[in-house]
Amino acid sequence: MGEIILEARKINKYFHDPVDIKVLTDIDFSINKGEFVSITGKSGCGKSTLLYILSTMDTDFDGDLLIDNISMKNKKEPQLAAVRNEKIGFVFQFHYLLNEFTVLKNVMLPALKLNQFPLKEIEQKAMERLKMLGIEHLAQKSANQVSGGEKQRVAIARALINDPDIIMGDEPTGNLDKKNTEVVFDIFKRLAEEFNQTLLIVTHDQSFAERTHRIINMEDGKIII
Amino acid sequence: MNFKLIFDIAKALLLARWKQSLVAAIGVTFSIGMFITLLSFMNGLNDMLDGLILNRTPHIRLYNEIKPNVNQPINLSKSYQHYHNFIRSIKASGSRQAIYDNGAIMQALLNDKRVLGFSPKITAQVFFNDGNIDITGAVNGIDVQKESKLFHFSEYITAGTATDLERVPNSIVLGKGLAEKLLADLGDVVQVTTAKGEIFQLKVVGYFQSGIQELDKTQSYASIMTTQKLLGQSANYITDIQIKLTDIDKAPAISREYTQLFGSDAEDIQTANAQFETGSFVRTLISYAVGVTLLIVAGFGIYNILNMMIFEKMDTIAILKAIGFSGKDVKSIFLVIALSIGFFGGLLGLMLGLGLSLIIDQVPFTTASLPTIKTYPISYNITFYLIGSVFSLVTTFLAGWFPARKASQVDPVIIIRGK
Repeated sequence: MGEIILEARKINKYFHDPVDIKVLTDIDFSINKGEFVSITGKSGCGKSTLLYILSTMDTDFDGDLLIDNISMKNKKEPQLAAVRNEKIGFVFQFHYLLNEFTVLKNVMLPALKLNQFPLKEIEQKAMERLKMLGIEHLAQKSANQVSGGEKQRVAIARALINDPDIIMGDEPTGNLDKKNTEVVFDIFKRLAEEFNQTLLIVTHDQSFAERTHRIINMEDGKIII
Repeated sequence: MNFKLIFDIAKALLLARWKQSLVAAIGVTFSIGMFITLLSFMNGLNDMLDGLILNRTPHIRLYNEIKPNVNQPINLSKSYQHYHNFIRSIKASGSRQAIYDNGAIMQALLNDKRVLGFSPKITAQVFFNDGNIDITGAVNGIDVQKESKLFHFSEYITAGTATDLERVPNSIVLGKGLAEKLLADLGDVVQVTTAKGEIFQLKVVGYFQSGIQELDKTQSYASIMTTQKLLGQSANYITDIQIKLTDIDKAPAISREYTQLFGSDAEDIQTANAQFETGSFVRTLISYAVGVTLLIVAGFGIYNILNMMIFEKMDTIAILKAIGFSGKDVKSIFLVIALSIGFFGGLLGLMLGLGLSLIIDQVPFTTASLPTIKTYPISYNITFYLIGSVFSLVTTFLAGWFPARKASQVDPVIIIRGK
């Protein structure tokens, strides 16, 4: 197996409001570089909660999380933001583009925030990503003028811009029709197989999950397979 | 931090809701504009009212007060030096009101760097005879040129010319009110009786209007020479030396120094006209209070609009955080939004203030008591504009601070999951 890119060590999570409920119990697994992993389970089993912990956005948990062999446990908010910026690409269920900007600018934003390359280079990289996903003709359109399927592809392009260690998706096809689901799935598969991109996708779509390399099945806050 | 990016995002957010942004900016523009206009107008008025008195009041006046002599003979006697000496019925020794050795004093003033200029003066109490009625009044003997230069004398002449006082022998400029009482036209001759009972005929060459009616009913002006003649005194007789300083605030100190140095009484402007400072201060205070209130109201407007904007832009904030913007970045973005509203609104406000001031400056304003004022007075003081611009930034910063902090604390998980 390849090197480990993400590791969860005995993660426990409670919700305190309105009463104390344990939502995650002893989550313990790791993901290797280049793996295409899906997390499935019924609604309310805690899979999204887990994803937000893994993405560093939720810091209220017990246990440890390692990304690229670095512990996230004691990092402060700005450092975690930097980790998200550099190492994690995000694709949400509801597209979440910034409507104030063009498609191209949306894709460029994480790279602009990272601020490691000159503007010209970032622009070129963003265009490459759009081309790769077959939506380069949308580059100058405003983000709210493109269709749902296209938006999701723009979001994927945005997730890819900083060459992240891992791409995380929270039901990325949950809001798309069959045809667009296929398109998005094919993109993920291509990223995994052609570009050796690590992917971690939360989904309740069994047919989607079955076609990934590895399925992590969850029930009542525990991993069952 | 990447400021260019922060500015970029702030600009995009501002322009996305440009109508709201505009309303907020107009609020600032209006309040800064009003602040500037109010202060300019108020201070213009203050300066005018102060000028009414202060322009024509010397900063220090040297004169001899009519009062009992403090050095009574008994105090000089060696044998009674250590006694308490009670003396009754002392009479004031006002026999000589003239300033002793005034030539030397004037020479010393000429060499004093703190003195802007000075002008000698003689006051003489007289009766103006109109038929069988005597009107009490005073003739001020002045050096017309110095008086005009230092105390704007010629500006208050409403008819005739000031310089005629020196050209026409035995001439007089009457206060407007006094001239009306005497029914004296230009070129007429009025008769005055001095305190010593001598009668003189003086030719009216001008009217004088100070804006203070009480003064205009009793005062008149003549040249120093004419006045010396009235009093039957020699050419070095002078009762007052009026001094204008380069720095008015030093008047009390210098006045004390001159009392010592020249052995005459000296009165400074602060002591003589304390009430004017108080009046100006209160008026300025009121205008600042109103201006600041306007700005605070505008601040609340900005606070409201930013709060609303943050509520609407929850998704955007969550996304920014998810793709790697820290809470600090988000806070900066919203602070930049607030400050840009303050900056551009403030800038327009300064222009609005200047524009309104210029308009008010053109509005005719004539009043009988103020012959030199033709339009409403405006003070163009750079300080108001500085205060206005600093205040617009400070208010908008404070108004933006709390919404920005709220935005920085938005939890992206709740927003993203909550859909």
